[in-house]
Amino acid sequence: MFEPLKPVSRTAKIVLGVSFFVLFFGAWALVTFSGAINQMFLRDPLHTLVTGYNLFAEFHFIRDVGITVFRVVGGFVLAVIIAAPLGILMGAFKPIEAFLEPFVSFCRYLPASAFIPLLILWAGVGETQKLAVIFIGSVFQIVLMVAIIVGSTRRDLVEAAYTLGADGAGIVKRVMLPGAAPQIAEALRLVLGWAWTYVIVAELVGAESGIGHMIMDSQRLLDTGQMIFGIFCIGVIGLASDLVFKWVNRRLYPWAL
Amino acid sequence: MSKLVVETVSKAFPGLRRGPPTRALEPIDLVVADNDFISILGPSGCGKSTLLRIVAGLEAPSTGRVLVDGRAVASPGPDRGMVFQSYTLFPWLTVKQNICFGLREKGIAPADQDRIAAHFIDRVGLRGFEDHYPKMLSGGMQQRTALARALANDPKILLLDEPFGALDHQTRALMQELLLGIWEADRTTVLFVTHDIDEAIFMANRVAVMTARPGRVKSDVRIDLPHPRHYTVKTTPEFSAYKARLTEEIRVESIKAAEMGA
Repeated sequence: MFEPLKPVSRTAKIVLGVSFFVLFFGAWALVTFSGAINQMFLRDPLHTLVTGYNLFAEFHFIRDVGITVFRVVGGFVLAVIIAAPLGILMGAFKPIEAFLEPFVSFCRYLPASAFIPLLILWAGVGETQKLAVIFIGSVFQIVLMVAIIVGSTRRDLVEAAYTLGADGAGIVKRVMLPGAAPQIAEALRLVLGWAWTYVIVAELVGAESGIGHMIMDSQRLLDTGQMIFGIFCIGVIGLASDLVFKWVNRRLYPWAL
Repeated sequence: MSKLVVETVSKAFPGLRRGPPTRALEPIDLVVADNDFISILGPSGCGKSTLLRIVAGLEAPSTGRVLVDGRAVASPGPDRGMVFQSYTLFPWLTVKQNICFGLREKGIAPADQDRIAAHFIDRVGLRGFEDHYPKMLSGGMQQRTALARALANDPKILLLDEPFGALDHQTRALMQELLLGIWEADRTTVLFVTHDIDEAIFMANRVAVMTARPGRVKSDVRIDLPHPRHYTVKTTPEFSAYKARLTEEIRVESIKAAEMGA
C-alpha cells in the first residue's frame, strides 16, 4: 500500500479525497455538538449551513460573491495582460531580463496588503482600488514565473529549430511560446489562488460589498457561523476555479500529459 | 566538386576561473565531395560533435572557417539539416507538423507542405503515425521523424550527430539500413558523427578517424564497399579488414583518452 510513487486507481483517488472532507466535517461536528467548544467561537456545521442558506436567501449574498469574483478575475486578467508579454520578453532576451529582473524581484517582495492604505489615498475605496490590490499582488509574480519558464526552454529544441531555418522571431513564437504554454498555464493557476487571499484583505478594509466585507460585518455581530460560511465559500470557489483551469489545460495541451 | 570545406578549424573553450583555455579541437582540414557520405569516428570527448556543431553554425570556430558551396558559414541555416543524439522533436507538434516545421519557416504553401511531409513519412516508414505526438513514439520512431524533418527541408548537407546513439542495438541496425537506403537513392551529402566502428564503415564511403582530445583528423580511410549495401556486408572479409584497421586506430586513442581521465 505504501510503495513509493505507486499510483492509485481513479475510484480510490476520489474515495480518499472525499473521505478527508467527511473526516473534517465529522471532527467539526463532534467538537461543536458535544459542546467541547463554545458555539460563540465555533458554530456547528448544521447551523453554519442554515446561516449560509439565509445569507443567500435574505441578504443577497450572491451579489457579494459576484463582486468578489469580479475583483479577483478582473485584477488577475489585467495583471496577466501586462505581465505575460513582459515575462516572455525577459525569458527570451537576456538584455531585457538583465534590465528588469532586479527591479521586478524587488517589487515581488512588497506585500500587496501594505499598499492598501496608499491605494485608498490614491484611488479611493471603489473598484479601482480593489482591482489595483489584486493587480499589484499578481503582476510581479507572473512576470518572474513566466520569465523563468520561457528562459528554461530546452536548448536543443532551439538549436534544432535554428538548423531547420527558424529566425529569432520564429524561435520565440513557434518554439519558446508553445513549449512554455502548459507551464505558464500552471503558473497562472497558482497565482490565481494567491489573488484570492489579496482580495479578502482588500475587502476587509474600506469595502461595502464582497465576501471579505461580509466576514468583517459578521465579526461585529459575533456571528461565527456567517464568518465560517464566508471562508468556506472562498474555498469552494477556489476549488472550482482550480478544476476549470486544470480541465482547460488538459484540453489545450494534450501533448504535455 | 567539394561541397563542404573545413579550413584549419579549431576550437578552444575559455578556461574555468581564469585557468588556461580547454583545447577541444586542433586545427582541422576536411574536404567533403558532393554526394559523399563521410563518417567521423572518434573516442568520446574527442571533439567530433563540436566539429559538427561548428559546421552546423551552432558554434563559432576559434580559428579557421567552414565553406558550403564556397560560401562561409556564419550561422545555422536550413541548408545544413541536423539530427541530434537527443530527442529534439517539438513535443507540442505531431509527427507531420514536426516534419513540416522547416517548410513552414520557409513559407511553403500548406498544400505543398502536406505533399512533401507525406513523401517523407513514407520514406521513413511512419505512415499511420502522422498525427501522433512525440511522447507516443518509441525512440527509433522519434529519430526517424527527426530524420524526415531534416530531409524534408532538402538540405545541401545532412549533419548527423550520433543520431542512433540512444537506441537499442536492433533498432540501431535497422535505422542504419534505413539511412543508407535513403542515401543510396538521393545521394545527399552526409556528415555522420559516431563512435561506433561498424556503423561508421557500414554507411560511409570515407571514415575520418579523430584523435583523443584535443581532436584532430588522424587518418582518412576510403571504404570501397559496393553499393547498394546489404546488412550482410558486415560479415564479409573486406568489412572485417576495415574494422580491424579502424579498431586498432581508435583503440590507441581511447587508451589516450582514458589516461587523460576523459
